[in-house]
Amino acid sequence: MTHWIIAPVVLPALLSPFIVLAARYHIGIQRVFSVAGVLALISVAAGLAWQASDGTITLYQLGDWAAPFGIVLVADRLSTLMVLLTAVLALFVLLYAIGSEWDNRGRHFHALFQFQLMGIMGAFLTGDLFNLFVFFEVLLIASYGLMIHSGGNARLRAGVQYVLFNLLGSTLFLFALGAIYAEAGTLNMADLAQRVRLIDGAETVGIRLAAVLLLLVFAIKAAVLPLHFWLPSSYAEAPAPVAALFAIMTKVGAYAIIRVYTMIFSPDLDVTAGLHTTWLMPAALASLAIGMIGVLAARHLDRLVAFAVIGSMGMVMVAISLFTPTSITAALYYTVHSTLAAAALFLIVDLVRTGRADLNLIAQPVVPGAALTSALFFLAAIAMAGLPPLSGFVGKLLVLDAAFSTSAAAWIWTVVLSSSLICVVGFSRAGSTLFWKAKSMPVTEEAAESPAATPAPATLSYVAVGGLLALLVAHTVFAGPATAYMADISDQLFNPEPYIETVLDTPGKLSTPKEGY
Amino acid sequence: MELLVASAIGILTAGGIYLMLRLRTFPVILGISLLTYAVNVFLFASGRLSVGAPPILRDGVEVYTDPLPQALVLTAIVISFGMTAVVVMIALGAYLGSDDDHVDDAIDEPSTGTGDAT
Repeated sequence: MTHWIIAPVVLPALLSPFIVLAARYHIGIQRVFSVAGVLALISVAAGLAWQASDGTITLYQLGDWAAPFGIVLVADRLSTLMVLLTAVLALFVLLYAIGSEWDNRGRHFHALFQFQLMGIMGAFLTGDLFNLFVFFEVLLIASYGLMIHSGGNARLRAGVQYVLFNLLGSTLFLFALGAIYAEAGTLNMADLAQRVRLIDGAETVGIRLAAVLLLLVFAIKAAVLPLHFWLPSSYAEAPAPVAALFAIMTKVGAYAIIRVYTMIFSPDLDVTAGLHTTWLMPAALASLAIGMIGVLAARHLDRLVAFAVIGSMGMVMVAISLFTPTSITAALYYTVHSTLAAAALFLIVDLVRTGRADLNLIAQPVVPGAALTSALFFLAAIAMAGLPPLSGFVGKLLVLDAAFSTSAAAWIWTVVLSSSLICVVGFSRAGSTLFWKAKSMPVTEEAAESPAATPAPATLSYVAVGGLLALLVAHTVFAGPATAYMADISDQLFNPEPYIETVLDTPGKLSTPKEGY
Repeated sequence: MELLVASAIGILTAGGIYLMLRLRTFPVILGISLLTYAVNVFLFASGRLSVGAPPILRDGVEVYTDPLPQALVLTAIVISFGMTAVVVMIALGAYLGSDDDHVDDAIDEPSTGTGDAT
């Protein structure tokens, strides 16, 4: 048994207390260790992804307990892809945080950052629903600290909302887990996938209830309408690098939906027929529409980006809600794209903030570094709005193509295309107001007297944003191999037998559950 | 006993949701606490209710209770306790900072901008 699977969880978990205890007063040492940790994380994640890329599913039994009794970590194609995406995103976010000195505006940024990574990695790797809950809590409690990093009244108030909403979500999660355990007698995903098939067709109330509750919990995380209310103010008020890291947190919800609703409550399961397969689609279309309308209506740049995140999550959920192999392929491609684009946009918002009093969408005099910032904003906006040539366009094409032969095709095409138009208008308005009109604004006297008062952002900040955008370009250029790999992932998802076998067919396994349990 | 436990969970949940909807920090935190109590009892009951039965193997005992929900409840109690402590601290900070304990967004106060018209 290889121990590498647990490395993405253990490495940040050890690094974080080390940073708190040993490097408490030395921001330089904290930075070195944090970056080194993330680099190590990337190499481990790449190794795991390479190992899983040929379809191998690797199992890690915690404490060497066999599956339904002990907790397992499972590395298959989907988990390792998400782990790698998180690690790569974390590197650029961290570079930005260091470059922009955000990590020095409050205490314990790096420790909380590592804890957050630990939670996210664990959530992607675990093969047990209750363990998923625990890792959700780990990533949430770290995110509470990061969310209010460097303080401020507006941020604290948004933080209270964020924490309360997520506490409610956690409570719902526990209710769902209790209901599942009462009905199926297990919380191991692979075991559960077998047992829900044995549930008597006449006694499905409990398991249907549990399936819907679980979907609600993941929908809160993924900010699907009508459970998206927590997102705009939290993401807008959070420090920029934190908001950029949060771009992966909504994807944790999407990942959980993909995992649970393809393997356990799969679309062909009679017990839960007509639940998520019917109701997720309208909600997803509505969040796509509301997100893009919000982009048009926003009066602050940070809110605009937050609504763009809701919209792009809507797009991911539209693709997921079709529950076909091609649509999951499209959803995964778009997930990677949307994570990188949203993170880049949040960082660019912070670049725009440099030298401005606020982020109201009104023209203000030109500030140092505006030219480069505006170019980056232009690129990221193109990616987010899904215009060619960047990967948003490819992703949108894949979603439309996956929807083409389904009965909801007319709805999906209409909403996706019209919301794209609205999004383009919203971003163009914001960009032209912030950057073009700025040239025609008179420079105020005090700004003219002290031009050095607002220095341009550090080079490292631009490197971080540029790196994210370069990844987006690579995601576009290598769209062919990327989609082929996503197709392999969804193939693995829709044929869960090897996964279930790997998890359960181990020494010390439980005997086969009896018919009619 | 089933009726007693079920109605206790129901009343705790109803009270919790009512307090959550008050939208002031203190009642909302109390509401969250009530909800977590409700969910703890619910988790405990998810392994079926039995009285006086041990959860761990012992000689000469025929009837056992399910040990797993007890482990789950312990985890849930610890986590919800920690989370409540965190939210109390953050809410206290927010209250002391802005002298206002409303949980919902205040009506768009113009404190952030010098006019929204473009």
